[in-house]
Amino acid sequence: MNGELEDLYQDIILEHNRQPANFRPMEEADRSVEADNPLCGDRLQLFLKLDNGRIADISFQGCGCAISVASASLLTERLKGATLAEAERLFSLVHGALTGDDASVDEDALGDLVAVVGVRRYPMRVKCATLSWHALRAALRESSPELVTTE
Amino acid sequence: MNDATEAKPAGLAQPLRWDLEAIRDDFPVLDQRVHDAPLAYLDNAATSQKPAVVIDTIADFYRHDNANVHRAVHTLAERATTAYEAAREHVRRYINASSTGEIVFLRGTTEAINLIANTLGQRWQPGDRVLLTTMEHHANIVPWQLLRERTGVEIAALPITAAGELRLDRLAAQFDGHTRLVAVTHVSNVLGTINPVGEVVRIAHEHGVPVMIDGAQALPHQRVDMQALDCDFYCFSGHKMFGPTGIGVLYGKAERLADLPPWQGGGEMIRRVTFDRTRYAAPPQRFEAGTQQISGVIGLAAAIEYLETIDPHAMAQHEQALLEHATARLREVPGLRIFGEAKHKAPVISFLVDGIHAHDLGTLLDRKGVAVRTGHHCAMPLMDVYGVPATTRASMAFYNTIDEVDRLVDAIAYAREVLK
Repeated sequence: MNGELEDLYQDIILEHNRQPANFRPMEEADRSVEADNPLCGDRLQLFLKLDNGRIADISFQGCGCAISVASASLLTERLKGATLAEAERLFSLVHGALTGDDASVDEDALGDLVAVVGVRRYPMRVKCATLSWHALRAALRESSPELVTTE
Repeated sequence: MNDATEAKPAGLAQPLRWDLEAIRDDFPVLDQRVHDAPLAYLDNAATSQKPAVVIDTIADFYRHDNANVHRAVHTLAERATTAYEAAREHVRRYINASSTGEIVFLRGTTEAINLIANTLGQRWQPGDRVLLTTMEHHANIVPWQLLRERTGVEIAALPITAAGELRLDRLAAQFDGHTRLVAVTHVSNVLGTINPVGEVVRIAHEHGVPVMIDGAQALPHQRVDMQALDCDFYCFSGHKMFGPTGIGVLYGKAERLADLPPWQGGGEMIRRVTFDRTRYAAPPQRFEAGTQQISGVIGLAAAIEYLETIDPHAMAQHEQALLEHATARLREVPGLRIFGEAKHKAPVISFLVDGIHAHDLGTLLDRKGVAVRTGHHCAMPLMDVYGVPATTRASMAFYNTIDEVDRLVDAIAYAREVLK
């Protein structure tokens, strides 16, 4: 692979695409949000189970490219057990890193999610990475719409 | 005035050309490297590239002749008007329409279909129906849905076979007195299927129903003959046939267009205006409100003139060779599935590779200089028929080469390696 592409298809992305974490429906979800990217036809559904202001369980299903699947998979791994406030902060951090002009990213705070941020150099693909995060934000807010779109 | 903007007589002075290398040299954009690989532009069904003569004609018009048409009496206005109307005659001749009054210039195929839905369709009653097919582009679905919301008309779709061919045997049964128009694509932008539109017209006319054909994907590959085809309306876009974006054509039989009310109001489309009442101009001006895409019209004529220099038989043979070679090579790729295996196809191939999402494939092919389209191709209902969210589409034009097809196949192997 040539050097630049390694930014996009890092091993961690490929592994999460092959075997996404928490890839399952959730029957008794407290929040469920469907998100789609009309540009490419990708769709995913994010499920949250809440307990006392914490995300007791989180899962997703749907179909998408390696970037969107890995991004969603990493999202669920990171947020299981987190408080809603922590989830909001993580959304801002990741969304800012993906869409902001600021070249510096807080790699410590992002952890494994740094791999997802590699998509910044591919403007046509940023929406693949943000899809699950838009679903998360909608799910975190009480008055969440049922359908989220990147457009 | 630039020679290219003048209509030429139908008899061709020069012998027809077929020298692929020379033809490629006519298209400046093809000669470049993308991510350090030579560009292989295989996204022609989205938009085609432009020969230098089209680019130069548009630039020359703005440099030397630019003025509004049909208005002032000064010299530039005279030149612009002459070139504009010469382009209309050129289009008429190219598609063998009966008169220039049958050639309406619009923004593109999408606007042409919206015009038909908003004029012809506006008169329909609840329960009246437009018959589409399941392989239509959104441009031939959504305008009818908007009409349905306004007027309560119905939409039906003729099904297709697994190979992607129209179920023509189901057509006659659709004419139950409620179908008011058949609106069908000539060539599918996803499957490449060339539909038997002549048969569709014949059967529909037997039942007294008019036919509108979306020809956006046909004109880049073949000439069409309106009088032989006998359809009532035919729409196409300049940018798919090596002309500029923002210009397209609605052909309508003279008696059909004469029967349609105006769609948009404004300058150019009137005969006499008072505050009480406006009398409208006859077609085609009735449908050309406001200042037109003048340079686009002239650029479209230049594209047609360019196409007329190419040997049509050699071009068709080359495109079929590209299609056959690409189909054979792609079938060798493990886990690759082709959508659309109609007997008569344009050089358009949609496919999926097992375990690789179309979007990832598109990015990886781009890294090898290969430009393809990935996604639903503005045909979501068709994607639903096949049960897939997105495909990758390689669509070829006459300037593509066998080598470029081979590079597509090599790049797919590379993508499989990266994502294995």
